[in-house]
Amino acid sequence: MSAPANDVQDYVGFDTITQQMERKFLKRGFNLNVILVGESGMGKSTLVIRKTTEIAPVTQMLEENGVRVKLTIVDTPGFGDQCNNEGCWVPVIKYIKDQHAAYLERELKPNRERIIVDTRVHACLYFLNPGSRGLRPLDVEVLKRLTEVTNVIPVIAKSDSMTIEERTAFKRHIKEELAFHRIMLFPYASDDDADDDRVLNASIRELIPFAVVGSEEVIEVEGKLIRGRRHGWGVINIFDETHSDFVHLRNFMLRTHLSDLIEVTSQRHYEQFRTSQLRQIKELRAQQAAAAASGGAPPAQPQVPLSVMQHQPMTQV
Amino acid sequence: MKEGSGEDQNVAPSMYSHVSRPSSHRNKNARKGLPFNVMLVGESGLGRKTFLNTLCESTVITGSEVTNAEQAHIAEPMQFKNYTVEMDEDGMKIILNIIDTPGFGDGIDNEQCFMQIQEYLELQFDNVLAEENRIKRNTKFNDSRIHALLYFISPTGHSLREIDIELMKRLGSRANIIPVIGRSDSLTPRELVLFKQRVMSDIVTHSISVFNFPDLDDEDEDAVEENSELRAMLPFAVVGCEEVINEDGRPVRVRNYPWGVVQVDNDEHSDFDRLRYVLLNSHISDLRDRTQNELYEMYRTEKLSGNTSVLANNTSQAVISAIGA
Repeated sequence: MSAPANDVQDYVGFDTITQQMERKFLKRGFNLNVILVGESGMGKSTLVIRKTTEIAPVTQMLEENGVRVKLTIVDTPGFGDQCNNEGCWVPVIKYIKDQHAAYLERELKPNRERIIVDTRVHACLYFLNPGSRGLRPLDVEVLKRLTEVTNVIPVIAKSDSMTIEERTAFKRHIKEELAFHRIMLFPYASDDDADDDRVLNASIRELIPFAVVGSEEVIEVEGKLIRGRRHGWGVINIFDETHSDFVHLRNFMLRTHLSDLIEVTSQRHYEQFRTSQLRQIKELRAQQAAAAASGGAPPAQPQVPLSVMQHQPMTQV
Repeated sequence: MKEGSGEDQNVAPSMYSHVSRPSSHRNKNARKGLPFNVMLVGESGLGRKTFLNTLCESTVITGSEVTNAEQAHIAEPMQFKNYTVEMDEDGMKIILNIIDTPGFGDGIDNEQCFMQIQEYLELQFDNVLAEENRIKRNTKFNDSRIHALLYFISPTGHSLREIDIELMKRLGSRANIIPVIGRSDSLTPRELVLFKQRVMSDIVTHSISVFNFPDLDDEDEDAVEENSELRAMLPFAVVGCEEVINEDGRPVRVRNYPWGVVQVDNDEHSDFDRLRYVLLNSHISDLRDRTQNELYEMYRTEKLSGNTSVLANNTSQAVISAIGA
């Protein structure tokens, strides 16, 4: 029996796949892991809404319209605070790589979890000093290394000591210097970008570094409660776009680019790490086999020890 | 105030003009001008340059020479740069010699900076020591000992950092250190009070010697009271600014923010005016005297009584030949 054409319904309903995917993601929620890198006193803790005195990663659940985001923030106390800051970036880079290693370990397990707990760092907020003219030598060293392993977003916290002109000049210098040193920041340009993505990304790049003013205080101004800072000469409202880029930064990280941050970490930084790790292990195994076969001395210790397989992730920076 | 600038228009009328200076000072130095040497130390971006320009009401230090991106990663070694400005303060002529230290604390490894500054300070002492011991002395000898060292602290709002503690500890016995909070307009009034308290408490904890307005004459009640007020203000919170606008016909130095306007000369916004008065007026003699009578004498005793660590590291040829050692 033939199936006449007019019996076949034109509409199948596979367009509901976006809703299905959405529901799945919404049910699971998002994990966003952010690391704050900067000297103490630069305003890192004021950007986190909940106050903390602990060194360990701090988690808070954010929920909006049914979308759940588990935001985990790791601070880097002691970074850049010494007279001699040579190598102060080493623990930070190590922490980021440790999270990749932990994920790799879980992924390689024969009996692995259905949903692997993701502690990988999705974004690094790098705090610039508002007083300097532009990047300092330490900034250049650290940014070069950080951008190789994670998505870096430069931020000027405590920007309330900069006038608008100073802020504009500072942002311009920073952008020039970043370009000169070929330091690649998130969001990265890609040929796959749709036009409106390109426009949005361009506007983000204009704003970088985000000049924010953070505050843990709620103060009253003309009968209204706002989150801000009260100076002797005026009140700063951190949500006011003319006062601070805080709203733009928050939208950027938690709204428009939330899934990008997670995806790029997974598909770019993690993949890079994974490839280089597995390659090293393969080479090491080959060397060991060759040594065993020829009965010679065992090969020299590899740069990345095999213990990546039994790796203990760092909980403290 | 610049020489010949006439009436003081920018600085709020001082509440402290009752503090008198001995008239002998006025006569002796009226023509020559009193030399006063101040060193500015602090990381770039904390407002040293702006402070100096605001103090002298003119552009003494011009804007950064380096404007291109290629220089960002290069840590310039610390330098000592000299500037001289003639000031007229309440009719007294002052030859203000400023020694700026660009490059301090700007590199990745800053440990050399302390030694360099210490050597500089001691070299000036050595020069005086050598001169004192000469058989035929030069009456026009140029005394370049530092009378006041302004150390700029970053307004973190927390406590002193390692570099702050190290510097003040090492140099407290060689110069009158006056700690200053640079860019203090980034702190709210409440944060500023707490920060000042914490800084002073750190200074006590680490046994750091700063210029704490000692009472040289216990009988002068006004001076004792003034010193106690100034001690309570330490560290001085400064906001520097080179922009002058016209307010009701008066030139006023301000910083314009979207949320308000900071007035440099307003005592509620910054301690700038107070500090200026201390340096160029009320305590200029105290600072010079302490440098000569305490700090230099202490150094001289160390040197001449054969303190091996000092002798071994810092003895200059001039001193050795002068004292015939």
